[in-house]
Amino acid sequence: MPVRVGIPHYLGYFSFYPLWKTFFEEIGLEVITSPPTNQQILNAGVAEAVNDACIPIKLYHGHVMEIKDQVDLLFVPRFVKVRKLGTETFCPKFLALPDLLRASIGNLPELLDTRVDLTRGRFELFRIAREIGERFGVAPARISRAYIIACRALRRYRGLMFKGAPAEEALACLETDSKAVVQNKQGELSIAVLGYPYLIYDNFINMDLIKRLRSFGARVFTAEMVSPRKLLREAKNMPKQMFWYYSNRAMHAAYYYLNRMRVDGIIHVTAFACGPDAMLDRLMEMESRKWGRMPFLTLSLDEETGTGGVETRLEAFIDMLKRRKVVPL
Amino acid sequence: MKLTYPHMGYSYIAFKMLINDLGYEAVVPPEPSKRTIDLGARYAPEFACIPFKVLLGTYLETIEMGADTGISSGGVGPCRAGYYGVMHQKILNELGYDFKLIIFEPPQSNYLDFIKKIRSIKPRGMSWRTFIQLIKKGYRKLEAIDEMEYLMYRNMPYEVNKGDTAKAFNEVLKILDAAQTAEEIEDARWECRKTIARVPQDRSRIPLKIGIIGEIYVVLEPAVNFYLQKMLGEMGVYTDRSIWLTSYTQKNVLVEGKFGERDIHEMAHPYLNEAIGGHGLNSIGEIVSYAEDGYDGVIQLAPFSCIPEIMAKGIVPRVSREEGIPVMTIFIDEQTAVAGVLTRLEAFLDLLKRRREQKAG
Repeated sequence: MPVRVGIPHYLGYFSFYPLWKTFFEEIGLEVITSPPTNQQILNAGVAEAVNDACIPIKLYHGHVMEIKDQVDLLFVPRFVKVRKLGTETFCPKFLALPDLLRASIGNLPELLDTRVDLTRGRFELFRIAREIGERFGVAPARISRAYIIACRALRRYRGLMFKGAPAEEALACLETDSKAVVQNKQGELSIAVLGYPYLIYDNFINMDLIKRLRSFGARVFTAEMVSPRKLLREAKNMPKQMFWYYSNRAMHAAYYYLNRMRVDGIIHVTAFACGPDAMLDRLMEMESRKWGRMPFLTLSLDEETGTGGVETRLEAFIDMLKRRKVVPL
Repeated sequence: MKLTYPHMGYSYIAFKMLINDLGYEAVVPPEPSKRTIDLGARYAPEFACIPFKVLLGTYLETIEMGADTGISSGGVGPCRAGYYGVMHQKILNELGYDFKLIIFEPPQSNYLDFIKKIRSIKPRGMSWRTFIQLIKKGYRKLEAIDEMEYLMYRNMPYEVNKGDTAKAFNEVLKILDAAQTAEEIEDARWECRKTIARVPQDRSRIPLKIGIIGEIYVVLEPAVNFYLQKMLGEMGVYTDRSIWLTSYTQKNVLVEGKFGERDIHEMAHPYLNEAIGGHGLNSIGEIVSYAEDGYDGVIQLAPFSCIPEIMAKGIVPRVSREEGIPVMTIFIDEQTAVAGVLTRLEAFLDLLKRRREQKAG
């Protein structure tokens, strides 16, 4: 029987899942993924995680609880650095994740807590792949092959996201090998939805934000829809880079949508009491005001957020944008 | 140039002397009060941590007092404190103040930038030799202040008349404040030691021993942590805290933290195997260290919404269980009231006392 490796459907999942899944499957492991977030996962997470934590940490705990009994091994990578940019690293929750899980959840299966620091060398990702492969006694040639196929899957996934498919749709396209049907063409308004992938693409916790916006007749733009090189070019707008990968991406995307490709409004999706976002949110707000009065909405999510509240706020925001379009200021 | 700087414990005395020595006018920041925190909270992001709000409030108060330039420290993350400088500058600019912040990043991160900023501080016409001597002198004073504060907390649980040590400490601060030259500082140091030692003590007591760990600002600034150490000292508890401004400078600013604090990081490794920013990793290591030193308990102080300390708090139950030492975490924000902290503190002390009695037999 192949080793069953579990991947929680959260945090890094939305950025890297095809890479992990393809790689593990190609080296002959069985991949078990937790289902998309639901009420039960949320409840389990809230019960297990440290109570001052932000909602993403709680949800991650919930996803781990969901699959921990079905797997031999849990893949919980420790993200440290994925690119060289100032002193950029990840939010402390990514850095401490494996240790935190070990401390707060009992009866855990073994954790595969690979340390990901891609700034250590050019072939660091391959080295990590080999390290994991050798752990399961896979032949080097097979590891290399799996690595190449996995990287190709990640590229395709990013390509789909770039065209505007939200994470779940892009994954479904990868699965069925079909072309993405992107419904992002029509719509009188264009709105940039910025924030962390694990808030923007998790349809439970954000209450179908992207779909909802599209149903209001808006085109939705995210940080994943800007090419990495163009994003990085916006870095020079900041006197000092932030320390967190996802925050920097969101901030750079905000600059991009402010000066390169004007959108009609920016929505920043944030988790209640998120540490990095306290800085990011204010910075975005100030910049939006500075760069020609861009309408800006902060959507704060937590375990108590109700659909009604979000819907009302979005409707009001959209109405405001529409009126602004008719009567230019 | 009218220079100001953040208020952190009693260090303001040393910085005041240094700035005056350099020939600038020092605007001494007032001790953080209700007003400081209110001012800061009004303009800071809602979920910024309490140090951010206090610092912003301090800048606003010192601007009222006439300051036009501020000096503070930066950082390399992932703790938010490293980004304070940028945010404070932007917020103050948006409020329409002509206030310039000079942020010193750790020298290892960018030597050039460090030297450039040092040069902007060094007055023209002053030789580098004098300049370095003045900084060294300031550092001496800082060391003296730290030492006296340490002595105060060490002697407090033994004092015969409640409040005598605190009174002696206030005197000590005055003596240190008056000392100006290097020799005077050295003399003052001896005199201060004597002043504190002169307080009548009852050494037959065996006080509870508590270690204090957590985020540097809330540990160091008594006005933010409700004079926790003094409060405990007057309740007859021996406290030791893990961070001092001078030890932090030596271990983290002059050499990189991963070398300077290797021992404490190694202690943390069974529980947490990565530097998570701020003082998260240290907090874990220090609990282990206090447990090994036979302390009765540990209090973790942290600002509300501080992610590194929240991570540490998540791991603390496991450390506490496996090392056999009770740990209490106090999160501090602008809403925290002294009464609530006091109640929790009393309950915690009761627990420690009972534990000690049980151990004794």
